[in-house]
Amino acid sequence: MDFLAILTNALRGALGPEAAIYALAAVGLNVHFGYTGLLNFGQVGFMLVGAYGTAISVLSFELPLGVGVLVGIACAVVLALILGIPTLRLRGDYLAIATIAAAEVLRYLYRSEWAEPLTGGVFGLKQFADGFFELNPFTGALDLGPFDFSARALWLMVVAWSAALLAAGFVGLLVHSPWGRVLRSVREDELAARSLGKNVFAYKMQSLVLGGVFGAIAGSLLAVNSQSLNPDSFMPIITFYLWTIMILGGASRVMGPILGSVVFWFLLTFLDSFLRQAIGAGLIPSSVLAPSDIGAVRFAAVGLGLMLLMIFRPAGLIGNQKELRLDVR
Amino acid sequence: MSGEHETSGEEVLHEREELAQAEHAIAESSPSVGAVRAAEALADVEPVPGVAKLDPILVADNVSRHFGGVRAVEVDHLEVQRGTITALIGPNGAGKSTFFNLVTGFDQPDSGSWSFDGTDITGTSAYRIARLGMVRTFQLTKALMRLTTLENVMLGATAQRGERMLVAPLRMVWKRQERDIEQRSDELLERFRLSHMRDEYAGTMSGGQRKLLEMARALMVNPSMVMLDEPMAGVNPALTQSLLGHIQALRDEGMTIVLVEHDMDVIMSISDWIVCFAEGKVIAEGRPSDIRTNRAVIDAYLGARRALPDRADTPKPVTEDET
Repeated sequence: MDFLAILTNALRGALGPEAAIYALAAVGLNVHFGYTGLLNFGQVGFMLVGAYGTAISVLSFELPLGVGVLVGIACAVVLALILGIPTLRLRGDYLAIATIAAAEVLRYLYRSEWAEPLTGGVFGLKQFADGFFELNPFTGALDLGPFDFSARALWLMVVAWSAALLAAGFVGLLVHSPWGRVLRSVREDELAARSLGKNVFAYKMQSLVLGGVFGAIAGSLLAVNSQSLNPDSFMPIITFYLWTIMILGGASRVMGPILGSVVFWFLLTFLDSFLRQAIGAGLIPSSVLAPSDIGAVRFAAVGLGLMLLMIFRPAGLIGNQKELRLDVR
Repeated sequence: MSGEHETSGEEVLHEREELAQAEHAIAESSPSVGAVRAAEALADVEPVPGVAKLDPILVADNVSRHFGGVRAVEVDHLEVQRGTITALIGPNGAGKSTFFNLVTGFDQPDSGSWSFDGTDITGTSAYRIARLGMVRTFQLTKALMRLTTLENVMLGATAQRGERMLVAPLRMVWKRQERDIEQRSDELLERFRLSHMRDEYAGTMSGGQRKLLEMARALMVNPSMVMLDEPMAGVNPALTQSLLGHIQALRDEGMTIVLVEHDMDVIMSISDWIVCFAEGKVIAEGRPSDIRTNRAVIDAYLGARRALPDRADTPKPVTEDET
């Protein structure tokens, strides 16, 4: 078994563009749940409208990619308003139901035959991000011994990680302001916040929009990353990866989602490589585990890891354990 | 860590001593400025339900609320005199808390109108009513658990520039205001003897401390009227006395206080005016002396045992053994 290869693979996964994109989307989710207490189970829906907003603007309306990203963001704002206006005055669980349903409805809508002229239906869209790669300042691949990243991957990583860190930094600025204090008070007790003259609905709406916008940017980057887009890559399971990432790192911690994403992707790719190598070396007989099962097994292992984390470190890796011990409600 | 605990233990002892002295002072002192002022204002008011006051701060008309077939509140007319401590009493389910929720905008009535300080606030949302200067607390204390005590109090300040999303990232815009608010909060924490909890999560507080915190937080809004929903419930007798002291001090500063309370000794000792609810209706109102002898109130709520001639002859069953 080549442990060096396993480790480099895992690190590549932990630092790759996917990890950054998931981190960014999880930062948005952290605004929703970690700071405002909103139960958004449809973050992938925001990613979907962001991704398609970008791609459709470029392909169908021949707008520059940058404008496309803005269109994607605008779509997320609209989605947040549509979801928020009817549900944010109600109890928290209504938003949860609405978001999880909306994300699925959107996926079916975008893959429907009716929408095919714009979205490409089940065939999806391709080649809309050339504008992004034309701007690539890196000319050659980066080669650091066992590590190597192509110029393309490098450019994506720089942009995606910058976006994720900037978003986290912006959230940090916001939550450490009086605005953030109101947000956290809404999370703790809406009625108390209202009794002190705070327009709770407006704050919840702002939070939903802000987190949704981060989701949309993440979606755009995801689309750019693979230069192709298909509705079925926006399955509900992505939302739950994002929840995993946020809780793993520590909800209501500014850097929680970033760290969570790095660890999540490290474990995922580590297990993948490790199992593959172990099967290849004959350590695990193929009667026990076939290579085609690896994908499922690694997620099972991540699930097990999460359970252990919840038992021994329920507030996440960098969460405030003291905060969690408080008997809330 | 242990050193900290020892000092705070000493502090607590010291505070208790001060508290006992304060209680003593309250018990001994002649009626305060506010009490005298309130008594004068209410001197010529007839003790009948729905009576008009000289200078009402809150006026409610025909407010009704039904839950299915149950009539929770049906108030024809009620006025609250400015600068008084007005108590709402009545048996469980009499509609006191529902009336509270209605006038503060936390519940919508089936009919009725009410005004605060001359402004019609019928159907106004709760946060707007709070901003107008009518702030409430809750029967089940709502401490914001995962905010520190200081943050809890600072939250109460109104018109904070940094509470607008677009301004929030620009620290220099709200930094000075934030410092002023922090200073005011510290003063309030000092007043309510919560300074030692300043940077602790409110979730670590005891029930009584949460009651104090809630009151401090409400005052941060700079209200002209505070509505306290059972401020003494579940609070030990010593703390009750200190809460009473705070409430009287607020009245003396000119604030109007409406409270729902069950402890009759508390009610009789601090209220300037008492409104008695039963089955959603106001069945009586008047000065403590009027209420004590009111037939309707006794039937509905007090029980015959309390219908004794005067307070001076009435033994105080709960607070007596404490002093």
